[in-house]
Amino acid sequence: MDLAIPDMALVVLVGASGSGKSTFARKHFAPTQVLSSDVFRGLVSDDENNQGASAEAFDALHYIAGKRLRAGLVTVVDATNTQRGPRADLLRLAKEHDVLAVAIVLDMPESVCLRRNADRADRDFGARVVHRHVEELRRSVRSLTKEGFRRVHVLRGESEVDNARIVVEPLRNDLRGETGPFDVIGDVHGCRAELEELLDKLGYVVERDTEGRAIGAAHPAGRRAVFVGDLVDRGPDTPGVLRLAMGMVEAGTALAVSGNHEHKLLRALRGKQVTVRHGLAESLEQLGRAEPGFTARVERFCDGLIGHYVLDGGALVVAHAGLPEQYHGRASGRVRSFALYGDTTGETDEYGLPVRYPWARDYRGRAVVLYGHTPVPEAEWVNSTMCLDTGCVFGGKLTAMRYPERELVSVAAHEVWYEPVRPLAAPVDEREPTALALDDVLGRRVVQTWAQDAVTVRGEQSAAALEVMSRFAVDPRWLVYLPPTMAPADTHREGEYLEHPREAFAGYGALPVLCEEKHMGSRAVVLVTRSESVAPRRFAIEGDGAVYTRTGRPFFDEKTTSVLLRRVRAAVPWDELDTDWVLLDAELLPWNAKAMELITDQFAAVAASAHAALPAALSSLRAAAERGVGVADLLSRVETRLTNAGSFREVYRRYCWPTSGVDGVRLAPFQLLATEGRTYHDREHAWHLEVADRLHAADPELFTRTRRLAVDPTDAGSVAEGVAWWESLTAAGGEGMVVKPAANFVRTGRKLTLPGLKVRGRDYLRVVYGPDYTTTLDRLRDRKLGTKRSLALREYALGLEALDRLTRAEPLWRVHEAVFAVLALESEPIDPRL
Amino acid sequence: MDSATQTGVRPDAGVCDTPRVLLTVSTTMNPATDLGYLLFKHPDRAQSFTTASGTAHVFYPQADEAVCTAALLLEIDPVALAKSRPGGSHVDDRTYASGSLLAVALGSVFRTAMTGRCDARPELPGTAIPLSVHLPAVACNGGADLAERLFAPLGWQVDARPVPLDEQMPGWGDSRYLDLRLTGAQRLADALHHLYVLLPVLDDTKHYWVGEDEVAKLVRAGGDWLPTHPERDLISRRYLAHQRGYVRSALAQLAELDGTLVEPEPVTTRPLAAARADAVIAALREVGARRVLDLGCGGGALLERLAEESAFTEIVGTDVAAGALDAAERRLSRLPDRVRERVSLRHSSVTYTDPGLAGFDAAVLMEVIEHVDPPRLPAVERVVFSAAKPAHVIVTTPNVEYNPLLGSAKTRHRDHRFEWTRAQFRSWADGVAERTGYTVRFGQVGPVDPDLGPPTQLAVFSRKEA
Repeated sequence: MDLAIPDMALVVLVGASGSGKSTFARKHFAPTQVLSSDVFRGLVSDDENNQGASAEAFDALHYIAGKRLRAGLVTVVDATNTQRGPRADLLRLAKEHDVLAVAIVLDMPESVCLRRNADRADRDFGARVVHRHVEELRRSVRSLTKEGFRRVHVLRGESEVDNARIVVEPLRNDLRGETGPFDVIGDVHGCRAELEELLDKLGYVVERDTEGRAIGAAHPAGRRAVFVGDLVDRGPDTPGVLRLAMGMVEAGTALAVSGNHEHKLLRALRGKQVTVRHGLAESLEQLGRAEPGFTARVERFCDGLIGHYVLDGGALVVAHAGLPEQYHGRASGRVRSFALYGDTTGETDEYGLPVRYPWARDYRGRAVVLYGHTPVPEAEWVNSTMCLDTGCVFGGKLTAMRYPERELVSVAAHEVWYEPVRPLAAPVDEREPTALALDDVLGRRVVQTWAQDAVTVRGEQSAAALEVMSRFAVDPRWLVYLPPTMAPADTHREGEYLEHPREAFAGYGALPVLCEEKHMGSRAVVLVTRSESVAPRRFAIEGDGAVYTRTGRPFFDEKTTSVLLRRVRAAVPWDELDTDWVLLDAELLPWNAKAMELITDQFAAVAASAHAALPAALSSLRAAAERGVGVADLLSRVETRLTNAGSFREVYRRYCWPTSGVDGVRLAPFQLLATEGRTYHDREHAWHLEVADRLHAADPELFTRTRRLAVDPTDAGSVAEGVAWWESLTAAGGEGMVVKPAANFVRTGRKLTLPGLKVRGRDYLRVVYGPDYTTTLDRLRDRKLGTKRSLALREYALGLEALDRLTRAEPLWRVHEAVFAVLALESEPIDPRL
Repeated sequence: MDSATQTGVRPDAGVCDTPRVLLTVSTTMNPATDLGYLLFKHPDRAQSFTTASGTAHVFYPQADEAVCTAALLLEIDPVALAKSRPGGSHVDDRTYASGSLLAVALGSVFRTAMTGRCDARPELPGTAIPLSVHLPAVACNGGADLAERLFAPLGWQVDARPVPLDEQMPGWGDSRYLDLRLTGAQRLADALHHLYVLLPVLDDTKHYWVGEDEVAKLVRAGGDWLPTHPERDLISRRYLAHQRGYVRSALAQLAELDGTLVEPEPVTTRPLAAARADAVIAALREVGARRVLDLGCGGGALLERLAEESAFTEIVGTDVAAGALDAAERRLSRLPDRVRERVSLRHSSVTYTDPGLAGFDAAVLMEVIEHVDPPRLPAVERVVFSAAKPAHVIVTTPNVEYNPLLGSAKTRHRDHRFEWTRAQFRSWADGVAERTGYTVRFGQVGPVDPDLGPPTQLAVFSRKEA
């Protein structure tokens, strides 16, 4: 005997003590699916038979059951459940989580129960207790359905129990196995001509009957249409729309969910008392003129429509009025009601219509939700949701979304078929694209990235980042990316170098690499738009763009930023890149443009004090030495220090020059991160530098060229050339170079390759390790690079993820989540000299 | 390079190793070489000593009848230095510039000389001798003028020249170092005491833990001259690293030596911070708030005041800085349990919506908005007025018009992103009220100037549907 259990159901076993519930549960369900009252009694009191602990035990059981149901897991409650009260508690729990409840009754003869209890040493229930259970059960069985159990399976006697088999059935809304591709079509409202035109535009071939009426449509590539509901009412040809849509659904070339108008039409057709307005009268009148039997077919069709579908492995949800995440795939009255009618705030607007609850504004789910119901002037993403009702019947347009392509296709209404009561509203009331919630960023977070596995951010890391982000960073709408930290090559083990190109080349194995000159300035991310009108539309913010540091701080005040961005804008080859905004990764020079305080407080200060103290010390020592005092060792040490202090000063001086506003500021772009709709991590670095060269050619005063050299690590000659190139770059104090895989993004299996390794010059490292570090090289070689590398990889994966989300036009909170995670990881205490 | 200290990301910086700090003392007394007896250091030998701040070398560049110069060269031990400055930077100017570390070495190497003992020439220590002291790089917070104010009253002729930060970068100005020369007729022990006390005072950064015994050291080293020094208070404050308790104790002891009484702290008008808290609490009482949010509570000063009032039944303090909440937690832990339990703390940000902030009678933004970049103010408006939507919001912010009366040149705090005039504040507040469904009225905090208004301005917003 097959016992059907709807997916996600709460399964309530009902049976007297000794009826074999636990054995049954063990046989048919996984141990984690079964919550046994005995086990919970044991957990809260160390005694499974302690009836005095029942209240606490059920409290805990309900709590765990709630957690499972929220996660959509089939959950079995193994308790006597012969009384109505405990069952009511469980039914309430199922209802709270919008899942169906199923009762499986083990109706065993009293004698069997008594015998089994007698066989168990730990059970000393008297016969009276078992008798009471059996009596209660007999009284209950008939009322179970009425109580609210969707299915009731009664197993009478041992053989029925032995032969039972559990079959978990998917819910009707569960079409996760259907992966599309789909064309999701907004509210049609009887606009047959527009629908035919749209289907044609989408590539469907419309099938017609002898009278030329459209009775079906199919896509040559096997695509399927999905109607979001409200096919009927208001428009000129409700029967025509139904004939076409029903034909498609029956032929399997379309799916349809119910709209509130189909629901109401069904009630009207069934003779229920309904208020005939909102265009229902037109439909009834039009259907009255249709061929015989058509109305009955419509009634059957509408009756068969369900509230929402979950498609494509759970990645797509279609519901007429939209659906919050906790309702996806669930089955209950309120889920259906939300799907058909949406939720209202209880208020009415100036036109007397209910104010809708802006669920989409708070939507944080991963699934894309496509819906209609509320006519909007333009279909727009609100978080990961989109309303496709563009008010065709009100003279707007009929819109479809190609999924998974996420392309919108629409046709204009042929005329205003129905006067709207109120003007078409924005997608949600007071849409707030900037809305970021604390829950989006705070606490321990696991960010899924496409490039690597999930990246974990610890609570204290996000706590640290919250302050920086809130107090110092540019507006999150501009802050669409943060670059990863960069690890140095392995430490050079001998001679006078701490870092050397050979280790970097070796670090990439046989991968061809590109060496790029490292400019000593400040890492800068530059977001620039093509014109002033772009940012409000694309980034929901006024302005030309932003220039910010690798911790998200602005480099300049608003005015200077704007001047700089206009120069960048003038140099970008917009048409070629086919975009109206560009995101660049660059180095901003000079160093003092941003780090002035650091330089004057630390680096120049060290040099100034050294150059004041050491010459005086030297002349004192020389005088003493001339007198024959034994200070030779000290003298030679001080001489070395003075030389080192000189080199140190020369190094930082190279990176400093006066600036005023944008005058003197230079940008050395080295990577094009993203443009509208695409990222460039898959383009070779040589290509990126060619783009940078173009910018340099367009504005040589602003853009600095980055010198480069391709090296083949497997070719000794090429390696030697690379080493010589680096030596020449750094001989005069140049910072050094970054060695990158020539191909840019490289992944072996799931293992990501570091995007770059820096090799810093010997003199440059004085500003990092101190003027005299060369005298203690051996001690410094003991540095550990593992954490820095791992951090660099995690931040790289997060950055790529942010770019991916940005270019897919995902909601701000999604982009921000990844960007915030980079900043959070940066709070990791790591040797700052690496 | 990035100087984002706020994330704990420190700039690339390196350890210092075996650095140098130099002090020379010269005399032209006759015979000048007697300096060796006074210092207990032989003029023809170079000697090295291990001190708490590193290795101190003493040698004589010059030692003849006419002129004798002793040099103290300190090689600071980087390990000791790193220990004394946890979390400090690695490229460190202490390595070259005299300061408290040199003072420590001085006190150690010339300890006997400082006691005024001289076994070989017993009359010498009590005699003022012509001295010249040279410190080629001494850290000074206060410029050449401060060196003059500190040393001149003690009878020194002061030649202090600021060391330029980088002569090739004239725009950068002077460094915080002086090339300092002192000349005068002094007893050697006095001169050493002056340096011992005043070098760390010039520097104003103690590089080691300041404890109770520092008070005794100060009184011992300065007892003869500090009580009557015109900069006595500044010297005590800086020497004791601004630890108020120690400074009071030292000043009392010094005053006793001087035979004068310490002046009690002048009675002033109620400090502005307290007046602000008074005004906020008065406004909260007036609107009858019971459940109150203190957004941006910082170290919890206002929370403590709110907790004193039993009318406020639930008080929640939020701050964006986890460190500030720790400080608030410490402050609140002093409260009795029954009081403490009415107050809770929450890590939150006024630019991210937080459902935990909904449903309160009133929210206080006391001296918070001026710490928010102007482009982010709409986010604050959304989070506080549209999302949290308390029945009342009380905002205080500086009135920039009043700044001349406070003698502040630009803004009152380094982190202030703006300071508004009364008109600017009104215009912002009216706009917020209009957009978010509140009414707003304005108040003044602190002594009101007839032309410039109050030092602090206040607005009370009330939700229309409250």
